[in-house]
Amino acid sequence: MTEFFASSRGFVVLLLLFAIGAAGSLLFNKNDRQANYWSNLFACAGSLWGMFVAIGALVAPEPVAFTLGFSPFSLLRFSFLLDRLAAFFLFVISLIAFFCSIYAIDYVKHYYGKYGIGTLGFFYNIFIAGMLLVASAANGLFFLVAWEIMSVASFFLVIHDRDEQENIRAGLLYLIMTHLGTAFIIAAFLLLYRSTGSFDFSAIQSGGAAISPVVKNAVFVLSLIGFGTKAGIIPLHVWLPAAHPAAPSHISGLMSGVMIKTGIYMMIRVFLDLLAPFPLWWGVVLLIAGAVSALLGVLYALAEHDIKKLLAYHSIENIGIILLGLGSALTFLSLQLPTLALLGLVASLFHTLNHATFKSLLFLGAGAVINQTHTRNMEELGGLIRLMPQTALLFLTGSMAISALPPFNGFFSEWLTFQSLFQGIAATDSRTIWVFVIAAGSLAFTGGLALACFVKAFGAVFLARPRSNEAQHAREPSFFMLAGMWPLAALSLLFGIVSGYVANILQDVAGTLSVFQGFPSPFLLAETGRISAGGFSFVSPPVVFLLLLIALFAVFTAFNFLFFKKQKTTFGPTWDCGADLTPRMEITSTGFARSIILIFKGIMKPTMLKSVECRDGETRYLPKSREIRLGISNIYDTCLYKPAQDLALRFSLYARKMQSGLINMYILYILAALLGALYFSL
Amino acid sequence: MIRLLRKTVATPSPLISIDPSACERVDISVVGREIEDHVKRLFRGSLAIRQVDAGSDNAAEQELVALSNPFYDVERFGVHFVASPRHADMLMATGPVARNMAEALRRTYAATPDPKFVVALGDDAIDGGIFRGSYAVYDAVKNVIPVDYEIAGDPPSPRAILCALLKILETIGANSLN
Amino acid sequence: MHTFFDILQILLIPLASPLITGVIKKLKAKFQNRRGASVFQPYRDLWKLFHKDEVISQDASWIFRLAPCIVFAVTLAVGAIIPLIDLATFAAPAGDLLTVIYISAIGTFFLALAGLDTGSAFGGFGSSREMTVSALAEGGLLFSFLVLALVAGSANLFSIADSILTTGNFYLQPIVLAGIGFFIVLLAENGRFPFDNPATHLELTMIHEAMLLEYSGRRLALMEWAAANKLFVFMTLGANLFFPWGLMHTFSPGALAAAVVIFLLKIAALCLAIAFIESTIAKFRFFRLPDILFVSFTLNIVAIGLIK
Repeated sequence: MTEFFASSRGFVVLLLLFAIGAAGSLLFNKNDRQANYWSNLFACAGSLWGMFVAIGALVAPEPVAFTLGFSPFSLLRFSFLLDRLAAFFLFVISLIAFFCSIYAIDYVKHYYGKYGIGTLGFFYNIFIAGMLLVASAANGLFFLVAWEIMSVASFFLVIHDRDEQENIRAGLLYLIMTHLGTAFIIAAFLLLYRSTGSFDFSAIQSGGAAISPVVKNAVFVLSLIGFGTKAGIIPLHVWLPAAHPAAPSHISGLMSGVMIKTGIYMMIRVFLDLLAPFPLWWGVVLLIAGAVSALLGVLYALAEHDIKKLLAYHSIENIGIILLGLGSALTFLSLQLPTLALLGLVASLFHTLNHATFKSLLFLGAGAVINQTHTRNMEELGGLIRLMPQTALLFLTGSMAISALPPFNGFFSEWLTFQSLFQGIAATDSRTIWVFVIAAGSLAFTGGLALACFVKAFGAVFLARPRSNEAQHAREPSFFMLAGMWPLAALSLLFGIVSGYVANILQDVAGTLSVFQGFPSPFLLAETGRISAGGFSFVSPPVVFLLLLIALFAVFTAFNFLFFKKQKTTFGPTWDCGADLTPRMEITSTGFARSIILIFKGIMKPTMLKSVECRDGETRYLPKSREIRLGISNIYDTCLYKPAQDLALRFSLYARKMQSGLINMYILYILAALLGALYFSL
Repeated sequence: MIRLLRKTVATPSPLISIDPSACERVDISVVGREIEDHVKRLFRGSLAIRQVDAGSDNAAEQELVALSNPFYDVERFGVHFVASPRHADMLMATGPVARNMAEALRRTYAATPDPKFVVALGDDAIDGGIFRGSYAVYDAVKNVIPVDYEIAGDPPSPRAILCALLKILETIGANSLN
Repeated sequence: MHTFFDILQILLIPLASPLITGVIKKLKAKFQNRRGASVFQPYRDLWKLFHKDEVISQDASWIFRLAPCIVFAVTLAVGAIIPLIDLATFAAPAGDLLTVIYISAIGTFFLALAGLDTGSAFGGFGSSREMTVSALAEGGLLFSFLVLALVAGSANLFSIADSILTTGNFYLQPIVLAGIGFFIVLLAENGRFPFDNPATHLELTMIHEAMLLEYSGRRLALMEWAAANKLFVFMTLGANLFFPWGLMHTFSPGALAAAVVIFLLKIAALCLAIAFIESTIAKFRFFRLPDILFVSFTLNIVAIGLIK
């Protein structure tokens, strides 16, 4: 049975499901309701099928490879490779897409009559299919086609809510950035083609030894920039906090949960699978990029008061954590420490899976809140825990998981990442140890700051009293939205408790990569559900879970049912020194994060705008209203993108002189070109 | 109505009268020891006091602060001051209750969990003292919230407060026996 | 007998923790030339609070009501998996350094949420400050344990204590540096001077207490008790990881007696140190606190440099 799923026929069925979903949704464009059910049900079916395909490929003894159809071009082949790594990413994409599609059934209803649901469903199906193709393509050109399908489809999804000028601008920024990245990727593949004579991954891999180190390094830098743009590594992240909030929430969940992970997938594929062996500095660069992205990502998240932007910055942080695992894997491989490299790779894969579950959960939860309150601004939310108790509980689960609190899954993948960094400090020599120290320090502070950030996010959105009229009238979202979120929350807990077994599977996934072939079976990881990192340390997730459960159960029972039951509980207003407490006096999300922002003002460059309106215009003794805006100056725009833009503009102006308009000059150009061509062909 | 009236008449005056000269003579540690005994019996060894300033002139506050200094050191008797009425067993209200503070005083009273006792400290708090009749004050704490005990003095010295506190505790103890 | 003793050890933290705060208060009183309350006063405070009624804010949600149980349970859970007296308890396999740090972070998380829940302005900035301090303390905390883990070649707290017992002398300087780094974090995480004044009545300067202003009765008791537990847990970690001498290897009555006595002496010394600091220096301005915490982090980095 599993052979059928993980075969060319199974895969064609998968693509057909999405194709029918996309086409049918366009057909039903006139009727929003039909288009909605058609597109999302087919997306659900396709994702479910995708999970089976992935599982089939995971249990298959050999990688499944096949070529579909016929290509008119000799270099482009529609070839697929479903090895375990690809299968793992297929599984993650399908899993998250499945729950996002369930959620979408009720979520997109608020677009009825406003925007066409048909086009949304069309691009939605194409988008998921594009991601699946990206993860399974085995030919460079075909991969680029799939990559482009994914990027363009997601661009149209980002600008779905097109009445707002801001969303269009975010979409354009996304389009430009993603194509900038694609340009680098194309350059990288062209370089590879030049050295190996093929776009096929298998040919590149077998011809890898022939690639000169200079070309290899160039490919590394180009693909790091190209895939890093998609993944959202700082400073290439600028599109991410703009595009995620603009998109509908289930799209944000998919983009943040899985689309940016395709960048990680391709990094693993290109660096570890195609280009190995490689020099030490590759891993070091990845470690530093990860450390910077993790720490700065969480700091920017703290400064945010737009709930979806906050989550988007956390995606950057988590991509940083994933890169820490991947970077240590590369470093260890260069240092001939394959077992530790496997640990690092498993950590990054595990965090990829975990981040996909809890981040999509958080985006879906945020979407439920925004759907009810029509604002993304946390300063206008509050008190929703009484109005939307289920959503609050789900968001709390996601918050705890992303803050790496046991027994949720985020803790165990961060634990593995920490272990690989600790091993780097313990096992490497003085050249690399400080890189690992910096990385571990960054991860330690990131953990603490993420905790602070989610106290802020959960507190500002769900606790205390509603700060606006809209927030007072929020209600629990409808059935399918909750049905999409509950399983994700359950998975966050489940992946935590059984993380020993998950790590075991991931070890198999990572171990099949060619770089790990030929080494004796590694020491790693789980027996009886515990995860271990060699003799250095281990943790037993079920024991941690039981410990917490028993402690909480014992205290709760003793407190509520055994002792001191006679005491009465009365309810009264919140005591605030006798003042009239209004929701405006609650701490705001800006106020909550202010102290941390000011402490890190050296790197964050906060801007404070104060405007005071006075009753007496001249003397300004009696202020009527005060407004303080705490923001972060965008140093990437001013220091990187603006100068680059200016440079490009200046060069273009210079180059424009070539277009003189004189016919003699153009004849001269033609002559020069001809001579040049003649010279090179001789 | 009649029952209420009879109750009003029957209720003993909350004013704790102490003999100032007698109080001057006694040893603080002896008074304290007795306070400690009562606190142990009545409050399970821990009496938390929240001081409420209802428009006071800060004289009484000075004397209350002095209770915590090394000389009087009420902490050793199991009595301590707390930061929130939610944590308190006893409210010590000072001042003639300025109009702006009346609501705050009411809320503080409501915020204190049972069992709780309210002590009006100083002449201002008992009947308005020198501020009595002013348009800006309510004249007494008892006009705003129910007062259980009153400690006279303008302001009462720390020693007098301690003696009065002992008497209050004795009264509470006697009442709880009934 | 052994199992019985192990279970007793889990109960030691909650049973003895009020005594620790009592002792520190007593020592501070002595420094101030007062007699101070009895060392058993915290027990009486808790006992009284458990018998009082409660007033809960009508704006509070289940987070506020459940948080005391969670915070207290977390301190119990952490207390169960750290080396106290016996190195060979059944809890030893669970005592991983990251697990201990992140489990105690659950307590901080819910404490801060409870501070925000009632909508009180004090609770809000209390949790903001608490999260700021604990976020910045995390680096120092993790790295001070990491120094020991590198010395011991294991991240299990019991193995660390065991290994430092035998090899610690070779790594005296790094361990002392990490110990200082840890002590700074201990003060920060538990709201002691110079980070926070545990005895303050001024809402505007509070960190930890500000989050508890809304609690009353038995929930307040649980919160106060949990804070005492956390202090005791941190002191135990400091005493038993950085100076593990005296811990019991194999069970015997003589070893047990010696271990208990030495443990109590170490804790008493730490109490004295805390009381001394609280009586001699002033609370720092809030924006000076990161400097001290980064000092803690840097000390640990230096310690790692000394090991390698």
